[in-house]
Amino acid sequence: MEKKWYTISVYSENHVGLLNRISGIFLKRHINIESLNVSASEIPSVSKFTIVVFTTQKWVENIVGQIEKQIEVIKAFAHTDDEIIYQETALFKVASHLLFDERQIQNIIKESNSQIVTVSRDYFVIAKAGRRHEVDELHDLLAPFGILQFVRSGRIAVSKEAMPITELLKKYEDLN
Amino acid sequence: MAKQINNISGAEAIIHCLLEEGVDMLFGYPGGAIMPFYDELYKFQKELHHVLTRHEQGAAHAAQGYARVNGRVGVCVATSGPGATNLVTGIADAQIDSTPLVCITGQVTRELLGSDAFQETDIVGISTPVTKWNYQITRAEEIPEIMAKAFYIARSGRPGPVLIDITKNAQFDKFDFSYEPCKVVRSYTPKPVASEESLQAAAKLINESKKPMIVFGQGVVISEAEEVFQQMVEKTNIPAAWTILGKSALHTNHPLNVGMVGMHGNYAPNLLTNECDLLIAVGMRFDDRVTGDLKTYAKQAKVIHFDIDKAEINKNVYADVAVLGDAKESIEALLPLLNEANHEDWMNVFKSKKAIEQSQIIDHVIQPTEGPLTMAEVIHKINIATNNEAVMVTDVGQHQMMTCRYAESTTKRSNITSGGLGTMGFGLPASIGAKLGAEEREVISIMGDGGFQMNLQELGTIFQTKVGVKIVILNNEHLGMVRQWQELFFDRRYASTVMDNPDFVKIAHGFDIPSKCVKERSELESSIQEMLDTKGPYLLEVKVTKEENVFPMIPSGCSVSDIRLS
Repeated sequence: MEKKWYTISVYSENHVGLLNRISGIFLKRHINIESLNVSASEIPSVSKFTIVVFTTQKWVENIVGQIEKQIEVIKAFAHTDDEIIYQETALFKVASHLLFDERQIQNIIKESNSQIVTVSRDYFVIAKAGRRHEVDELHDLLAPFGILQFVRSGRIAVSKEAMPITELLKKYEDLN
Repeated sequence: MAKQINNISGAEAIIHCLLEEGVDMLFGYPGGAIMPFYDELYKFQKELHHVLTRHEQGAAHAAQGYARVNGRVGVCVATSGPGATNLVTGIADAQIDSTPLVCITGQVTRELLGSDAFQETDIVGISTPVTKWNYQITRAEEIPEIMAKAFYIARSGRPGPVLIDITKNAQFDKFDFSYEPCKVVRSYTPKPVASEESLQAAAKLINESKKPMIVFGQGVVISEAEEVFQQMVEKTNIPAAWTILGKSALHTNHPLNVGMVGMHGNYAPNLLTNECDLLIAVGMRFDDRVTGDLKTYAKQAKVIHFDIDKAEINKNVYADVAVLGDAKESIEALLPLLNEANHEDWMNVFKSKKAIEQSQIIDHVIQPTEGPLTMAEVIHKINIATNNEAVMVTDVGQHQMMTCRYAESTTKRSNITSGGLGTMGFGLPASIGAKLGAEEREVISIMGDGGFQMNLQELGTIFQTKVGVKIVILNNEHLGMVRQWQELFFDRRYASTVMDNPDFVKIAHGFDIPSKCVKERSELESSIQEMLDTKGPYLLEVKVTKEENVFPMIPSGCSVSDIRLS
């Protein structure tokens, strides 16, 4: 079966140890987590994991089932890239003298729609948000001049279709 | 009304939680970090019977045996560090075999967490992959809510083990206790309700099928669906086969019971899995020991999968119709939609295949007239002596397969075995728990010489409790199942499978357990009777054929239709 990029969104309680439980499910199947982000969600007290993996549809379905089975997971979804709006953020730390010595760097920054977040005597920092390939392109353009430090965040994503968590939680409240 | 007691210690609070949950027996082993709990237990000896096992693994398996025989939550207790890690095999076994356990472990005091303190181990981290849920309590105030949640999660839906780790300070600290049972966890749906569409679709497939076959598993036992399941089988006249954990959900002598599926299961249901036009799986999970090669498993058939656990649907075998729900509720809802049917011709195919197995294998092993004793004939004699009503607890290996194949069962919850994990050493402690959980029943622990020696320290528990377990060691002086594979697939290189065994009768003598060793066919029947007539525990060692193989067999990785008779 064909492998694809999948973005798994997990709504869960914010409990210590759940990350361990979820990552164990990938570990058992030897699936590498390409990127992982844990944050607040649109619902107070509910956390959201955004996990990116490259695998087959069958495996991603099995994994989502096993994630959802964890007691503290409210609901999990898997989406392909065309079903979501997603972004990653990257920071590039570059030596300040390059701004003056290598004039095209200013053009690169302008054309890449990135931002300079800080400038000091020794270095400046560029922040770039976008799709993975956009960050890669900026990286490739800056690399020849020397990048002092580079870091990329995990993917964050929202789905085009609704993920009806509030309704789900309401049902439980009615049960109680 | 919530129970309310002011200013009690966390340790005493745990006891009240247990009492509120209806616990009257627990299995465990004390140690430093759990001492405050044991100190309180001392004051509640009348209400809570603590069984001191001889190893924490024994406590976990005993709690499993207790839970499996009566459907209640098994409770086991251990201290921190090695006490906790010794529970892990039992917890893993309970997880894969869906057994409700609450495991309570002591932990170093809160201030010492993470400092590599004496007997500190990250048991929450260690047990995460093998528990349904786990939690570390570090404040006494958390105890009531977490314990209530632990019991609710362990027993609801697809049951499983829950581990609660409690730091020593939380056991000592005092607080105002109040208890309310847990009824809902908002992120957890234990019992989905089967959709009308899925039931209609299932009924349509069943009513239209010409050659349907049922494979039932432990889901029928767990949801206590035995009666309604039998009604479904009888109304539709569909041949029904079982996984080893499903055994005893339908009497083995029921005319529509066509036997066991899987690697050492019966010939007919394995072979005909690949000839049926509809496979109806009820409360089973298509384990690889059941399916063999998935690429050639029931490809010609439509599949209906009844399960309570959504993660099992389409995990191994694609379901044309998935009925997601509790087995009992789903079958009750399905039953009125099913037409009465007669599948006599199809049933006759099962009978003809069974006749082949009967003449080529079964007749030879259950009633041999010459040569050494066989495992199957011992089981056969036990069937007769117990009127097919005993609870058979097994360990893992050849004797387990022989017991599952040949023990007749006409009573519910009468087959307790380590299925998914295949844990050698399970049998002896599990039988102790089973007997304590069902004192009125005859509990027979069938073991091999290998598995018996993996947890034989539990004879000490039998000595102390005088629990009336009947132990039968089928001694072939080998690790028989591994030896069988070595014979068949490794050119008879018997690497580390030959056992030089001690004198088991003398060992039993040391524990004051009446015992006997049988070698002769002429003594077998009377020895079994003597064992059953003896009040209290008994150990019967039977010297059986050294190099007997369990057949039929589906070689590992082969198709169910490649089942071998020899």
